[in-house]
Amino acid sequence: MRGVFVNGIINENPIFRLVLGVCPVLAATTSATNGLGMGLAASFVLLGSNIVISLLRNLIPDKVRIPAFIVVISTFVTIVQLLMQAFVPALYEALGLFIPLIVVNCIILARAEAFASKNSLFLAASDGLGMGMGFTLGLILIGSVRELLGNGTIFGTALFGASFEPMLLAVMAPGGFIIFGLLLGIVNAISNKLSTRKGV
Amino acid sequence: MKLRLSTGPHLVNRESTQTLMLDVLIALVPTTAAGIYLFGTKAAWVLAVAVISAVVCEYLFQKLARRPVRVMDLSAVVTGLILGLNLPAEAPLWLPAIGSAIAIILVKELFGGIGHNFMNPALLARGILLASWPARMSVYHLPARVLGVTEVVPAGADVISAATPLIRPGGYQMYDLLMGNIPGTIGEVCKIAILIGFLYMLFVGTIRWHIPVIFVGTVALMTWVMGGDPLRSVLSGGLLFGAVFMATDYVTNPMLKVGQVIFAIGCGVLVSVIRMTKAFPEGVTYAILLMNILTPLIDRWTSRRVYGMVKKHA
Repeated sequence: MRGVFVNGIINENPIFRLVLGVCPVLAATTSATNGLGMGLAASFVLLGSNIVISLLRNLIPDKVRIPAFIVVISTFVTIVQLLMQAFVPALYEALGLFIPLIVVNCIILARAEAFASKNSLFLAASDGLGMGMGFTLGLILIGSVRELLGNGTIFGTALFGASFEPMLLAVMAPGGFIIFGLLLGIVNAISNKLSTRKGV
Repeated sequence: MKLRLSTGPHLVNRESTQTLMLDVLIALVPTTAAGIYLFGTKAAWVLAVAVISAVVCEYLFQKLARRPVRVMDLSAVVTGLILGLNLPAEAPLWLPAIGSAIAIILVKELFGGIGHNFMNPALLARGILLASWPARMSVYHLPARVLGVTEVVPAGADVISAATPLIRPGGYQMYDLLMGNIPGTIGEVCKIAILIGFLYMLFVGTIRWHIPVIFVGTVALMTWVMGGDPLRSVLSGGLLFGAVFMATDYVTNPMLKVGQVIFAIGCGVLVSVIRMTKAFPEGVTYAILLMNILTPLIDRWTSRRVYGMVKKHA
């Protein structure tokens, strides 16, 4: 179970390894806070849908499994959307359309299809948690870099003096693509180096 | 008797990347000199920082990535110098440093080094700087000095700040546009110097005339059709500099003459459209970058039928 959990954070990190859910990765990482919010919302949906789909895996007919998964996922997305609207309205405003769009986030459907529908409750739950944490950590990393370059802050705390002139491109869409690509390259270079050292 | 067997090519000349880049640098001398003369020592500092930063970035990256160090081919010097000439003289010195790092590391080396970049490094760096620090990049000053005085900067004022050459009623005199007595980036203002560089590169065969002439001609034609002043539109902004020194980059324009003509017309149309819609004050950067991206596609359209290949029937 621990292996399944860690798997989602490192070996099969949804952002840096599976490269899934790139749309929210680019849209919700203009700041570290937005990244954290999006990551936690997606993690909640991932955990909930993995649990329910794992429980129902013997009841869902194979032919209609995708619509069934979508109904389960969208239920959790609606829950998370209403909760965020009620308790963190500022974050809800900042993420906007991308909260309802968690429904079509490919990580969630991919884990339902590839893992939860074939595994027991506990494995599915730890996979949901691990994938969710991996997604959240990736979003925070990208969000921090973009916020630092584009605004001079991380989680709203200024790191440079007043003379720092932020690089506006970093918080715009092209900057998001460039920074995502660079981080993807760096993470893969590091993990390649580690795996050759281990002799795997 | 000794017979030598070897595969082609059998003709060898002295031309190398280094000599080509040296020719480009020689062609840039008049523009650089005019820029420094017009804008003073500030411009010299911007250019120096851009060149040094480009060379240092290339050397360090190639060392760290354990690639062969190719700083001596002078391409980094050319990239740095062209980027510097694309900046306003009033730019703070971190701007050329960051710009050169972006041009060399992000655009050139990460895509595989010289010959593998899909966009012109100096130009994409300028585009990134323009999007990141618009306030720093789009405020130009009148040159501190004036070539062949037609008007004099008021005494006591070091520089006059102006947004675009069209800010003054009546506009600038043709002579000012030609000599560089207009606000602009370091390299783009003095058209005479750019033309001297162009003629030099034509003379030694570094570039052919197609891209610059057709590019500029398209802009003039489109301006004339839309009821503007074609000569003024050609002499304003960075059009000549971009057409001569940046659209002609070997790596990022099509291989065949037909393709190059399409490339140049595309650049000209895009510049005219961007200028006319006034979405940006100047469209040369984005026009050339967009056509850089289309270059592989143009190459595919215009590729010649290989001898012996059967024509496809639809």
